[in-house]
Amino acid sequence: MPTASSAADSRPPSAGGPDSAPSSTAWTRKHLLGLEDLSREEILAVLDTAESFSEISRRSRKKVPALQGRIVFNLFFENSTRTRTSFSLAAKRLSADTQDFSAQVSSLSKGETFIDTAKNIEAMGCDLMVVRHPTPGAPHLLSQHVSSAIINAGDGAHEHPTQALLDLMTIRRAKGKVEGLTVALLGDIAHSRVARSNIWGLLKLGAKVILCGPPTLVPKGMERLGCEVAYRLEDVLPRCDVINVLRIQFERQQGGLFPSVGEYSQFYMMTQDRVRQAKPDLLILAPGPINRGVELTPEVADGKHSAILDQVGNGLAVRMAVLYLLSGKMEAGPSAD
Amino acid sequence: MSDDVKVCDAAEAARLIREMAGRIWEGATPENPIRLVGVRSRGVPLAQRLAAEAAASGRGEVAVGAVDITLYRDDLDQVPHWPVLRGTEIPFDVEGADVVLVDDVLFTGRTIRAALNAVCDLGRPSRIRLAVLVDRGWRELPIQADVVGLRLPTERDDRVEVRLGPMDPVEEIVRIPSPHRLSPS
Repeated sequence: MPTASSAADSRPPSAGGPDSAPSSTAWTRKHLLGLEDLSREEILAVLDTAESFSEISRRSRKKVPALQGRIVFNLFFENSTRTRTSFSLAAKRLSADTQDFSAQVSSLSKGETFIDTAKNIEAMGCDLMVVRHPTPGAPHLLSQHVSSAIINAGDGAHEHPTQALLDLMTIRRAKGKVEGLTVALLGDIAHSRVARSNIWGLLKLGAKVILCGPPTLVPKGMERLGCEVAYRLEDVLPRCDVINVLRIQFERQQGGLFPSVGEYSQFYMMTQDRVRQAKPDLLILAPGPINRGVELTPEVADGKHSAILDQVGNGLAVRMAVLYLLSGKMEAGPSAD
Repeated sequence: MSDDVKVCDAAEAARLIREMAGRIWEGATPENPIRLVGVRSRGVPLAQRLAAEAAASGRGEVAVGAVDITLYRDDLDQVPHWPVLRGTEIPFDVEGADVVLVDDVLFTGRTIRAALNAVCDLGRPSRIRLAVLVDRGWRELPIQADVVGLRLPTERDDRVEVRLGPMDPVEEIVRIPSPHRLSPS
């Protein structure tokens, strides 16, 4: 049905003329809450902008003045090291000021509500809030009560849009495009916000999505979204162009969803042996932190198919792009979420 | 649109570009090659045309880069439409290079100020000169071009458009008077 999508999702090669028109349409959203709301064009706008920002990371002086005087608050109500660090670095490269706020050391422990906390932060002067919260929908709620731009940095098992965007960027850089590829999300689908955001992003860009894991970790009804579900990795392995190895979310599980870590690894861990059953140009992603010897072996994590460290670098570029795009003054009009 | 004033046609623009190339490479030596950096958007095809002129007169291949000034603009807080980023792509080391910044129209000088900062963030060139196809006056910063194709007197609220291949189908330089001054009332 999308007949006009013959225009590929790949960025026009810069060699063809450095000034070829960008494929991106103008960005009009105030918040980034999830990939479910975004159109294919909006996703491509972020990816194209991120490509421009990745050049800055290669400079010896890794800083541009674009967001001078803007203040970015990291509101983390759940542990995170790499996402928070990545957002902070991205903001610093754009010359914004950053302030971290974590739940453990705040007045939340004295009974202040989530929204009161955010309103207090806004009263100190804040342009963008990067929010991580264990409750799905918390960033959406916040966006209705404060005037800052909100970026969802992970809400429970719901969405983690910047992770999916950096996964898409990594795939597009390695394969040239996303459309037409077969991408498997492997492991703990049920508890994974990365999986949800990836499903929306991959489907919108025209990839085929396979969800593979133990029946207890793959929610029922995922086929309705347009995904294929498989319980045996060997059945789908030869068809995959990309495998995104999800982390077992021990902290979100009640327990008893699979017999043992050893048995999980026996059936679903990416090993050299399984890599050999796949296409020779298989790309392996992992959102991290990875459990070596559970979801993938050290040889695979460090091997030539692995793009794990590329993902980290691309994550910085994607977060710079999102901070930049959300810093535009939005015209008063229909509140595009 | 019938009020547009065609200042140069394709042949005249081509002659101006050829003359600019002559002045840019005057006294140049192969030991310290000149590097061109076009300011997006129309500075880039202009830089490529200048490079082609240099190649045609036997100076060999000239490296051409492109600089996107968006992240260095001094009016980012005021623009009505948040600009789409197209990226800086400079395929040579700026450190110690003899750089010529190229833009189509020199007006307030603010774009060039931003471009100078953008280029200098990449390294320390031995020298930067400025070459523009049209200088239309009305500077707001103390910036002057080293090489000018055409000095064009304008009103402050005129628009001056340079159209160049391959970005534009027709090559020309056009002055578009402000609609406010034309409306009879």
